[in-house]
Amino acid sequence: MIASPTAGSGADLEAAVEAARERLDAHVREMVAWHFDPATGSPFWLEFAAGLDFDPRDEIGGYRDLAVLGHFEDEWLRGGPVRRWVPKGLEGRPIAVFETGGTTGTPKSRVNIEDFRIDYEMFSDSLSDESFPPGGDWLMLGPTGPRRLRLAIEHLAQHRGGIAFHVDLDPRWVNRLVGNGRLRELEEYKDHITDQALKVLRAHEIRCLFTTPKLLEALCRRIDLAKAGVRGIFCGGTEMNAQFHRFAREELVPGIDFVPTYGNTLMGLAHSRPFDPAVGDYSIVYYPPQPRAVIDLVDPDDATRTVDYGQTGRVMLTTLTREFFMPRFLERDEAERDPPMALYPWDGVRDLRLWAPLKATVSVGVY
Amino acid sequence: MLHLPILRGRRGPYRSLTVERLDHVTSGEPLAEVSQANPGLIALDYESAPQRRRALEAIPAAELIARCRRAAELFMNGELVIGADGETQSADDYVRCLSGSTGMPEALCRDNMSKLEFVFERMEQVLAGLSRGLDPSALDQGWTEEDGRTVSFLAQADTLGVILPSNSPGVHSLWLPSVALKTPLTLKPGSREPWTPLRAAAALLAAGCPPEAVAFYPTNHSGAAEILLRSGRSMLFGDRSTVRNWADDERVQLHGPGWSKVLLGADQMPHWQDHLDTLAESVAANGGRSCVNASGVRLAASGQHGRDLAEALADRLAAIEARPLDHPAAALCGFGDRRVAEALNDLIDRQLATGGAEDLTARARGGDRLVEVDGLAYLLPTVIWCDDPNHPLAQTELLFPFVSVVEVPPEDLVRGLDDSLVVTALTQDPEVHRELMGNRHIERLNLGAIPTCRVSWDQPHEGNLFEHLYRQRSFQAAG
Repeated sequence: MIASPTAGSGADLEAAVEAARERLDAHVREMVAWHFDPATGSPFWLEFAAGLDFDPRDEIGGYRDLAVLGHFEDEWLRGGPVRRWVPKGLEGRPIAVFETGGTTGTPKSRVNIEDFRIDYEMFSDSLSDESFPPGGDWLMLGPTGPRRLRLAIEHLAQHRGGIAFHVDLDPRWVNRLVGNGRLRELEEYKDHITDQALKVLRAHEIRCLFTTPKLLEALCRRIDLAKAGVRGIFCGGTEMNAQFHRFAREELVPGIDFVPTYGNTLMGLAHSRPFDPAVGDYSIVYYPPQPRAVIDLVDPDDATRTVDYGQTGRVMLTTLTREFFMPRFLERDEAERDPPMALYPWDGVRDLRLWAPLKATVSVGVY
Repeated sequence: MLHLPILRGRRGPYRSLTVERLDHVTSGEPLAEVSQANPGLIALDYESAPQRRRALEAIPAAELIARCRRAAELFMNGELVIGADGETQSADDYVRCLSGSTGMPEALCRDNMSKLEFVFERMEQVLAGLSRGLDPSALDQGWTEEDGRTVSFLAQADTLGVILPSNSPGVHSLWLPSVALKTPLTLKPGSREPWTPLRAAAALLAAGCPPEAVAFYPTNHSGAAEILLRSGRSMLFGDRSTVRNWADDERVQLHGPGWSKVLLGADQMPHWQDHLDTLAESVAANGGRSCVNASGVRLAASGQHGRDLAEALADRLAAIEARPLDHPAAALCGFGDRRVAEALNDLIDRQLATGGAEDLTARARGGDRLVEVDGLAYLLPTVIWCDDPNHPLAQTELLFPFVSVVEVPPEDLVRGLDDSLVVTALTQDPEVHRELMGNRHIERLNLGAIPTCRVSWDQPHEGNLFEHLYRQRSFQAAG
């Protein structure tokens, strides 16, 4: 029994961690059985398995055993045919395709059926009803386009009984403006987006907001969100750090609940450690939605080695759903490894940011 | 550890949760951690820019000038508050830290200090130079009478944003007059050099200027962009690619590479030996780190004198040795990042290999260009003889005493100079003088034996700060 969401006694926590680990291993076995079964697996994984001299279903008894499959390569997701990713067990269902931001080259595509709904329903459980009132309407100010975010936020709003309004931001255009040093045009584009957001905020009763850090700043220069009736802000993007979190709570949107989030097309949506005003620790710690996704922080020079608690490692992401199986993908991000907590009894990642060697080559704009 | 805070005007020092550490370039000893401003915080603070301006406007110009004069002594000798927890810094600490994080020898750091002291001390003279003798009190009421004519000046900005470099502390003297011109400063220091702007700010505050006078935001590129976008007027120091993005924004005064040059006319070639001092100082003063250091020498072709001059200059510069940072005679700056020194050295060697250019200093120094002293990488002075003014090495400017010497037909001496921050012309030829006077690509023109790096503080430098901050406007008042 866990008494508090943020603390737990040593023995309780240990038991919870152990239970979570067993649940993860069982989930891994279930997913491997599904994805490598000729009746249910996707053409990609069945073909992959045909090239192995073992059957993954025999060799993989838990999360650690996924190492026998090597690392998932992002190139596999760049370009088609995307149908090779559709598990046979899910054929005939309506299929969506979502793309990543394209900051590291050709966007990666991922097929999606129900995952985005499941992920956001799970996430919804972590939002307080006071800050994100049931029945309250939402404004999403961020990337729509080929991203899952638009449908996901809309589903989150609907799941909580609300309606979502949208204002689109095209992050690829933003990256192009930033890359070419066209910063005044970027300002104009931000103005164009915030103009539309202001119209929605003034014409409708918006209680909840999803946006990115930079758009939130731009919006706050134009309107007092608390006076406009906004009670909860859900804010995402890898560029968010502890300083921004503190700045948001203290100066940008004081009095409004501010929930930092990290999500991507490949993983789903991570949950952040709840902020405790009594402690005042603004560092941002994310917990992946285990067992559906796992984040390991590994030594950049030896991805078989998980770094120690408090140490910096490169993000290695594993996604384990019936729709998508992505073992041990080395992401473009780095973070420090944080210990499990009662609410999320598995490893967390602290102060997630762009992996240092990539900083020079990836441009991050409004996103 | 010493923590250098963000200064937010009236809101005072602020400690960020994002910090960058500054380490000593040789010992690796941590010198300080520096609070980094998130761009949104900067943008939010700009909302108070009009109030910041009003705080300075309320103080008579004569009083601001007097406070600058007090700041001169404080900057030079004072024990000034610079830390987030009230830690103070003596002048010696300042020099040690500045040298330690930038690789500039302590002796050169002290030389640069006196440039700032001079501007603080002689602020009235500097303003008179920039405004061509306007009585500063004209800024108190917005207008004055001069020789029976009414003149009025209108401020163009609530604050002057300045994106600062790390190359040499002397450049900071350029923005100092802003406070006396009643325009608060919003400073973004270079990542290796927060020391000088922070000490200058601390001196102004200790001399009685209100906290609104200077805001200080160590930050990243996007924080710098916030400052440039939100300042009514700003100054941007940076390389060619950085300044290019702002070239068509009249609110931004650009301080890019210098491409400063010395020209020797045909009439002076027989007397080339008389000019070696001017040439050597132009190239090597301040460790070659300034935009006003000459990176090119153009000679009117005249038989063998050109080559003799270049070789003699190479011998002269090759005598400059790399010395430890605390050596009293040290005259070269070290490279905090050895890879930068290696990359520049390789660049020079690669371009030499293409032919048409020769490193004349190689023979004189008898060793490698890239050396290590006291654990720090140095590039030794380098004089390159180029056969053609279009050789890539004749169009290069680097952060150490590096110069190309090229001969051109006498009639082409002033042609194709491109943009030059400073040109020193050593010639008596009236035709060359006439061409130079009308050349729109030269920012500062020295006729005669004045080294390129010799700056006169009552003259504009890459634009006139007074004209940048104020515009003359029509004004009539009913008697």
